[in-house]
Amino acid sequence: MAKDARRKDDSEETPSGPGISVRNLRVNYGEREILHSISFDVPAGETLVILGGSGSGKSTLLRTLVGLEKPSAGEIWMGNKNFAAMSDAERDALRKKLGMSFQSGALFGGMTVGENVALPLNEHTPLDESTIEIMVRLKLDQVGLSGFENYMPAQLSGGMKKRAAIARAMAMDPEMLFFDEPSAGLDPIIAAGIDELILKLKKAFRITIVVVTHELASAFLIADRMILIDKGNIVAAGTPEELRASQQPRVRQFLDRVAEPELTGEIDYLQMLTGEDPPPHQ
Amino acid sequence: MALAYNIGEATIEGLAYVGSLARLTGGAARSIFVDPFRGRKFRLSRAVHQAMSVGVEAVPIVSLISFFVGTILALQGAYQLRKLGAMQLVAAAVAIVITRELGPLMTAIMVIGRSGSAFAAEIGTMKVNEEIDALETMALEPVHFLVAPKFLAMILMMPCLTTWADFMGVLGGGFFGVMSAGFTWGSYFRATMDALVLRDILTGLVKSLMFGIVITAVGCHEGFATGLGSEEVGRSTTSSVVKSIFLVIVVDLIFTAIFYFTAPS
Repeated sequence: MAKDARRKDDSEETPSGPGISVRNLRVNYGEREILHSISFDVPAGETLVILGGSGSGKSTLLRTLVGLEKPSAGEIWMGNKNFAAMSDAERDALRKKLGMSFQSGALFGGMTVGENVALPLNEHTPLDESTIEIMVRLKLDQVGLSGFENYMPAQLSGGMKKRAAIARAMAMDPEMLFFDEPSAGLDPIIAAGIDELILKLKKAFRITIVVVTHELASAFLIADRMILIDKGNIVAAGTPEELRASQQPRVRQFLDRVAEPELTGEIDYLQMLTGEDPPPHQ
Repeated sequence: MALAYNIGEATIEGLAYVGSLARLTGGAARSIFVDPFRGRKFRLSRAVHQAMSVGVEAVPIVSLISFFVGTILALQGAYQLRKLGAMQLVAAAVAIVITRELGPLMTAIMVIGRSGSAFAAEIGTMKVNEEIDALETMALEPVHFLVAPKFLAMILMMPCLTTWADFMGVLGGGFFGVMSAGFTWGSYFRATMDALVLRDILTGLVKSLMFGIVITAVGCHEGFATGLGSEEVGRSTTSSVVKSIFLVIVVDLIFTAIFYFTAPS
């Protein structure tokens, strides 16, 4: 109830950036198609959580959304621009408005935390050193890492690395934020802290957020909308409440944490290994 | 038939590899020499940092090895020249072999071991840790950000290191000359200066510049080609050393042949 009320309050504020609209997106690794004609929308200022098991294609989808993978077909609209059909220069211009937090943090090991956060500001803005220093302190304060400017990434705990990575992703005041497994590998308390941080950023800046995760508790806490991906297809989409109420077998299996049935038949096992249809019975 | 097919396939792969090195080098050259005039920042501080690591920090080991190589050359030269009663030619032999060949080559081998492998390991580790992806999502081109400063540092530092290696090699030869061949330090350096012409030193420096380009291109290329998993970083580091040594020898052969056939008779 309280959460619904909070959503209502938030939705009355104006989102600060564009939404995302994905149309018939296909991604191939060589001959193999990973994503099969995927379409979905993320309205401006909302948080979409992409759920899915290991190998479902959810990380490939996220990498494609930020331009790290090239789609073989389809469109990715960010505002009124098709990200999938841009020149390199246009893509770089749009990327300055995106922030990405990687699963591993991906902080540059040879730079201090402060230098990591300052990097995009140094490279893309004409701001002087002292202004950048103030902005770095501000960003680190937003993620609860005040005073850690001079620490090296190797000196930080897993949760602190994720926070520092979020501070770096927020450095350019992005219009869209992308998170790859933000709470993976963290203990429940630290993971809850990261969830709270994402909610805080969402409330404070009203930016469009896309989160890839398989942590159900996190997903239901931070999502406005969810999609469940399985074998490169969207098998369910809707609000958290709609997904909770869904009777779709794959959704139920995922949400109820039901293991895959053990493969006992020789043909089923071969099909699982090769990914091909079983040969006709003789 | 299978042999012809294998040779053809290996040739195409080799040419494709050289092509990708050329593309990387071209991208870095554009970042260094063209982009700054188009309003794109090129941070000299990164190149200076690399130059310290590639050049200045290599001085002690380059000095020591070059000195020893110079002494060994003098010893080997003296072994033959003594029989001809021409010990006074030791200084000339050392000077020419060091400046034209062994100075640049030994420096390149040491730089491959210190820096080429480090480039591959650094970029490979960044790739495994998703740091290269992070650069791209921040609209920072990895070639511009990572490779170009290494190229600039290398093309500035290789000739400097080679010049220093030449000097230390001659000094090593002089050490033997003064101790065992009847030279004084003054007569040894006079004999060295009389034997050398500017072309000897310049051909060595041109080669060192080309070696620097090859070492950087191979090191960075192998780093970017690193697969998933930390053991892949070790593989790409080893591969960068082996390929760099091979390509440096090939480039050495090509340029030595060019200098030989274009030398005034």
